[in-house]
Amino acid sequence: MAAGPMKMRATLGSGFTDVRVLMSHPMETGQRKGPDGNLVPAHFIQNLTVKVNGKAVIEAQISQAVSRNPVFSFRLKGGAKGDRIEVSWLDNRGETNKTETAIA
Amino acid sequence: MRTVTFGAVLALTFAPAYAQDAKKEIQKYQQMITEGSPVELYELEGEDLWKKRQGPKNVSLEQCDLGMGPGRLKGAYAHLPRHFPDTDRVMDLEARLLHCMLTLQGRDLKEATKRVFGNADRPSEMEYLSAYIAGQSRGVPVSPGMEHPKERAAFELGRKLFFNRAGPWDFSCASCHGEEGKRIRMQDLPVLSTPQAARPVVATWPAYRVSNSQFKTMQWRINDCYRQMRMPEPTFVSEATIAMNMFLTVTGNSEPYRGPGTKR
Repeated sequence: MAAGPMKMRATLGSGFTDVRVLMSHPMETGQRKGPDGNLVPAHFIQNLTVKVNGKAVIEAQISQAVSRNPVFSFRLKGGAKGDRIEVSWLDNRGETNKTETAIA
Repeated sequence: MRTVTFGAVLALTFAPAYAQDAKKEIQKYQQMITEGSPVELYELEGEDLWKKRQGPKNVSLEQCDLGMGPGRLKGAYAHLPRHFPDTDRVMDLEARLLHCMLTLQGRDLKEATKRVFGNADRPSEMEYLSAYIAGQSRGVPVSPGMEHPKERAAFELGRKLFFNRAGPWDFSCASCHGEEGKRIRMQDLPVLSTPQAARPVVATWPAYRVSNSQFKTMQWRINDCYRQMRMPEPTFVSEATIAMNMFLTVTGNSEPYRGPGTKR
């Protein structure tokens, strides 16, 4: 699965918002050998950004240690129904993807 | 000599406690992977494929009848395998999907079955579609067809195959899955001929396997068990593999479907 779809859910609790985001990405470490015996080139997400209504609230730097098709979940303080949450990533090849959802 | 004896006693005393702890740790791990399962991504891709126009007739699978009427997916997977009057055959999900690819989309058998089992980099069409369709049965009790004579015959054939020893190692499914308390490394082996062991299995397949990042279908599971028994490779959606699936599903029926699952 190459860099494909993302899926996100943001649910409001009392005084907080739980966000769960799924992303498809190969997350190749660069250490693994393919069937031809050559190293599979590294391909992994480096930066993860979470924005609430356009304002960045999380800037994460992640590495090869994260598994293929990663899932992140985190709890944000506050939040209101209808707030826009945007999650985007940037990988070491400069590829990028993002998804957006409203808090439900 | 004395040291050796002492070591053996130690091992005997601590082995059961250790196995218990390891079992608990595995359960914890299984819960964690379930919470972080990327299964929904496969469902999304599957939905796109379900709606994608393909084949010589350039139509999508949306009019495919999985037993609940054309295009009706809610609860369809939970009622498979079942007998279909139009083909007069007992079919499981993959058999029916293949049937729709051949009839609705006009594709040929060789092309449609060229790549039924994918890998981590490129999952197969069958795998994506299975994820999407099985996902539409969450919460619906597993209730395969059990009335029609052909459905009963499939169950009987599956039961016979389950206990049938064959191949270079003289193995049957029951060689590994026929006795309580057996395991391979740390994996407990369910006694699949009993309802209590079969229920959690049929309620969670097809499933995503974390250890190799692949989504796997029931046909693959059966196929791979035969490979492990060193039997000749079964034909995809053959009468035998469908019968085996029928035997497992009927044995483990009645629990609400909660898949597609996540396995270690």
